[in-house]
Amino acid sequence: MAARILKNISSASKRAVGSRLYSSEVKKCTIIPGDGIGPEISAAVQKIFAAAKVPIEWESVDVTPVRGPDGKFGIPQSAIDSVNRNKIGLKGPLMTPVGKGHRSLNLALRKEFNLYANVRPCRSLEGYKTLYDHVDVVTIRENTEGEYSGIEHEIVDGVVQSIKLITEDASRRVAEFAFQYTKENKRHKVTAVHKANIMRMSDGLFLRCCRDMAEKYPDVKFEEKYLDTVCLNMVQDPTQYDVLVMPNLYGDILSDMCAGLVGGLGLTPSGNIGLNGALFESVHGTAPDIAGKDLANPTALLLSAVMMLRYMNLNKHADIIESSCFATIKEAKFLTGDLGGKAKCSEFTNAICEKIAAASP
Amino acid sequence: MSLIARNLSKVLVQASGTATLRSLHTTLPTLSETGLSERPDTRIKCTLIPGDGVGPELVYSVQEVFKAAGVPVDFESYFFSEVNPTLSAPLDTVADSIAKNRVCLKGILATPDYSHTGELQTLNMKLRNALDLYANVVHVKSLPGVRRRHEGIDCVIIREQTEGEYSALEHESVKGVVECLKIVTAKKSQRIAKFAFDYATKNSRKKVTAVHKANIMKLGDGLFLRSCEEMAKLYPKIEFERMIVDNCTMQMVSKPQQFDVMVTPNLYGNIVDNLASGLVGGAGVVAGASYSANCVVFEPGARHTYSEAVGKNVANPTAMLLCSSKLLRHVNLPVYGDMIRNAVDQVLKDGKVRTKDIGGQSSTQEFTYAVIHNLKLPRT
Repeated sequence: MAARILKNISSASKRAVGSRLYSSEVKKCTIIPGDGIGPEISAAVQKIFAAAKVPIEWESVDVTPVRGPDGKFGIPQSAIDSVNRNKIGLKGPLMTPVGKGHRSLNLALRKEFNLYANVRPCRSLEGYKTLYDHVDVVTIRENTEGEYSGIEHEIVDGVVQSIKLITEDASRRVAEFAFQYTKENKRHKVTAVHKANIMRMSDGLFLRCCRDMAEKYPDVKFEEKYLDTVCLNMVQDPTQYDVLVMPNLYGDILSDMCAGLVGGLGLTPSGNIGLNGALFESVHGTAPDIAGKDLANPTALLLSAVMMLRYMNLNKHADIIESSCFATIKEAKFLTGDLGGKAKCSEFTNAICEKIAAASP
Repeated sequence: MSLIARNLSKVLVQASGTATLRSLHTTLPTLSETGLSERPDTRIKCTLIPGDGVGPELVYSVQEVFKAAGVPVDFESYFFSEVNPTLSAPLDTVADSIAKNRVCLKGILATPDYSHTGELQTLNMKLRNALDLYANVVHVKSLPGVRRRHEGIDCVIIREQTEGEYSALEHESVKGVVECLKIVTAKKSQRIAKFAFDYATKNSRKKVTAVHKANIMKLGDGLFLRSCEEMAKLYPKIEFERMIVDNCTMQMVSKPQQFDVMVTPNLYGNIVDNLASGLVGGAGVVAGASYSANCVVFEPGARHTYSEAVGKNVANPTAMLLCSSKLLRHVNLPVYGDMIRNAVDQVLKDGKVRTKDIGGQSSTQEFTYAVIHNLKLPRT
């Protein structure tokens, strides 16, 4: 027994010594290509990363549900192990099988890795004109409780009670993350979005946690706004908001609305920050109708990957890739169908790669 | 006297639980039911709640216009406020007055985030529950002369507003853990669905969209959605569609023209109302109304007190004037209603007098005078 432990220790230390040269430079990332257009856009991202010489080694895993020991379908253990080992992952769109017995994979991943905050930056892209200009907001959404607690029951026939759960721990955690994020990304203002006028205790608790946290970050401006006011003002003048932090449902609604302002989910990246790691993903659908035809737009996944680089402190690479991507869209020579162009996914990808090659020293 | 007796019996019938069927089939009270058309010469009495924030200024604007147009309406005014409880009229008095007059013009009540007495229900909720004002109807339409990003918006948002997230049932199970209950009942879901389809039929609308989040709240929103689906089967001529609320907001900001009549649970209605109002010019230009089986409260569609503008004479009275125009049509004074509506439209179309929120410099008062100046008696 003791010998085995000793052996383990020695082998572990050996491995550490042997790979030290690498470990400081090349990081391993799990990639979940996903379904539908997922594999193509994942390949596009990997190609662009290779062109930018990002020191990342991809570990591709499949999350097709398998029947677990409990008889339920779930994520394969190998995929969970991979993300747990690497602590960081990139994920393409997943199809949630319709029908009973399947847990939503997205939900399962969220639970598995304790992904408590969902971050979605929405920024107007030059070259793709929508009716709203200069949008630059980040929505930060509490991702583990609230209306999505899943506690519901039918009290008597025809009367249903759904419970929205708000806890101090989770609220404080997401508030702290929001302020931290604001500071690290050199933003200026955090807006807590709430409805404490009608849900005085639950949203009141959330709001109190945000206020407490605001005191610890005196250089970040803090304001409180009702959800309905934010909706009203956002469509009139989106520039007045910066970072928004809110409970689960409001975040779900507002993040999609903001994505609508800049041109839809095909352009907005998303990151899930958790206790056990972080998972970056594109939130658009699997688009089975154009899958395999080299027509998909990889922008959302690429920008998510850029967020991932920033999270890993690889800012230089992130900047090069991001600006190349924006420049390509601005140039409008190689736009995919969803942006009104005729280019193929591979042409768009190559255009970005060329820009990166030109920008790299 | 007979009117009162009739009211009383109706209230009793409604109150007793045996009237489920009946309450399901009640829709907008018709004019003959309210008995107003039987006495066209008499003056109409209407409860008036100026509300908080800029409410009193806007109500004053309405009163000025009414005076200038010679509208035969007498207001029964009550100061009703949650932020100033000592001066506020008691809930019962106000509710009684509205129940008696059956129409009310109401500004927006401020709802503070806290309550000194630990009260969870807001005054708005209490009033709605007291009168059972279950259906909030907001007609959002692009206005002439008010240029916005989107053109040609014309949708009606029908919101259930007596249950759902606004149930004010909350408790702290242990310290730092709060549960907030959202109640959805089959009865009220069916009632609002029925109201929406009846509204669509009556106003020759083509489509009803049910907004929900049944993919997450499978039981609660599921029940609401099922009620709408069942109701849709009874109205084969009206197209029915379902939309998840987050997708709905996204569609709303990118392609709002696709919506016609929308039926929503309480909170989503609040969100969509405000979002849609933002698209056509903001809280100052959209009128709304809350219906019970017996009375109607006319109030602006997006509920903001705009308290930072109190006393500055800058608020836009359009929403309130349009509310009053709707009120006049409702009490069978369409001539006056149209007169005010046309005058407001004309002022907006001319574009010379505009308040700050729609890109002008004029004051509330100037706008009001411009409306009065444009009042034209229709040629008969």
